Amino acid sequence: MMKTLFTFVFAVMLVGCASSNNSTLYQQINGEQGVEKLVDSFINQIGRDEQILAYFKQTNVAHFRQGFITHLCSVTNGPCEYKGDNMVDIHTGMNIPEKDFNRVVELLINAMDEQQIPQTVQNKILSRLAPLRPEVIDI
Amino acid sequence: MKRLNWLFCLACLGFASSGLAASGKLLATPGVSQVEGSAGGGIVPWAQLAGYASDDEIAINGFCSRADVSDYRLDVCGAQLNIYDRVEFSYAEQRFEVPALNTDIEQSITGAKVRLYGDIVYSKWPQLSLGVQHKSLDDGSIANLLGAKDTSGTDVYLAASKLHLGALAGYNWFWNTTFRYSDANQLGLLGFGGPDSDKELLFEASTAVFLTHQIAVGVEYREKSNNLGLGEQDWQDVFVAWFPNKYVSVTAAWLDLGSIAGAKDQTGWYLSVTGYW
Repeated sequence: MMKTLFTFVFAVMLVGCASSNNSTLYQQINGEQGVEKLVDSFINQIGRDEQILAYFKQTNVAHFRQGFITHLCSVTNGPCEYKGDNMVDIHTGMNIPEKDFNRVVELLINAMDEQQIPQTVQNKILSRLAPLRPEVIDI
Repeated sequence: MKRLNWLFCLACLGFASSGLAASGKLLATPGVSQVEGSAGGGIVPWAQLAGYASDDEIAINGFCSRADVSDYRLDVCGAQLNIYDRVEFSYAEQRFEVPALNTDIEQSITGAKVRLYGDIVYSKWPQLSLGVQHKSLDDGSIANLLGAKDTSGTDVYLAASKLHLGALAGYNWFWNTTFRYSDANQLGLLGFGGPDSDKELLFEASTAVFLTHQIAVGVEYREKSNNLGLGEQDWQDVFVAWFPNKYVSVTAAWLDLGSIAGAKDQTGWYLSVTGYW
């Protein structure tokens, strides 16, 4: 039984290595078009969540949309460089608690599910965004 | 009667906290409930605190588990309270059935765990927690007969856990290691200590891979002491845990518990359900 599982895990790793071609995450989510669709899904998710929508009352949605598209493009190694407002400046004074940060992560996951982005690609995107948490919460 | 008492307490707590249902953690990150009542896997307590409470929430959970191996059966039910994801209190009652002797051994376990550092997802270093489990046998006659020193005892453990996002070919990889200072024989069901043995440091570990948002498969290992000279062996299991939502989790496992009180090759199934509020 143990052996079966270890073999399985090992197989998953091998398959993973074999399938991790040289394409960037940006290419794996279908480039510019994919990023735009993902961000639009994400904005729709936020629009349907009262708790989170409250943080966006003063937000210019078009500005947020463009900023997040460029940010995601840059984070996924696309041909963009995010030069927008810095994370700390954006979130200072919002006092975002842990639970609301996680709720936003869940909305992004919902959006990625909606765009049928594979689990493994989702996880890699999240792992690149996760280190930004200290620049967002409780400030 | 005892069981009714704590069910009643749980209900009180439930009412007291109604409207506070916690959901501030990401799905599956609190883990499940281990056999001594703490948040963990099946046999190992983990560094996570039970339930979905984040730093400004309170969570209450209840669980029941059954382990059915060759010659014995263990039933456990318990509850946990998580306050601000800083402190976890737990209570569990175990009933260990020994059909060959036509007898049951019952034990209650009161636990507490404090999160010392970190968050299993976000912090750079693993989440670190310190916990205690105070165990007390209802009737120590079998433990005494086998040569155990005491019929109650306290385990202290230090646990470290981390979830690495996308680390294993894109899949989320979880691991936990626990060091436990204990003299419990078979969880304490056969008493504490023995003829010439004292508390010792024991190593436990778990690891799992998330195949989807909702399903994790993993393995666990728990080192055991052999205080009674009955050939007590280390425990292992292979598990699959399912988190369909933030209100319930279901865990199934295949157990290999080695020799228990002289009966060799105790293998069998484990099933556990935890409800989260």
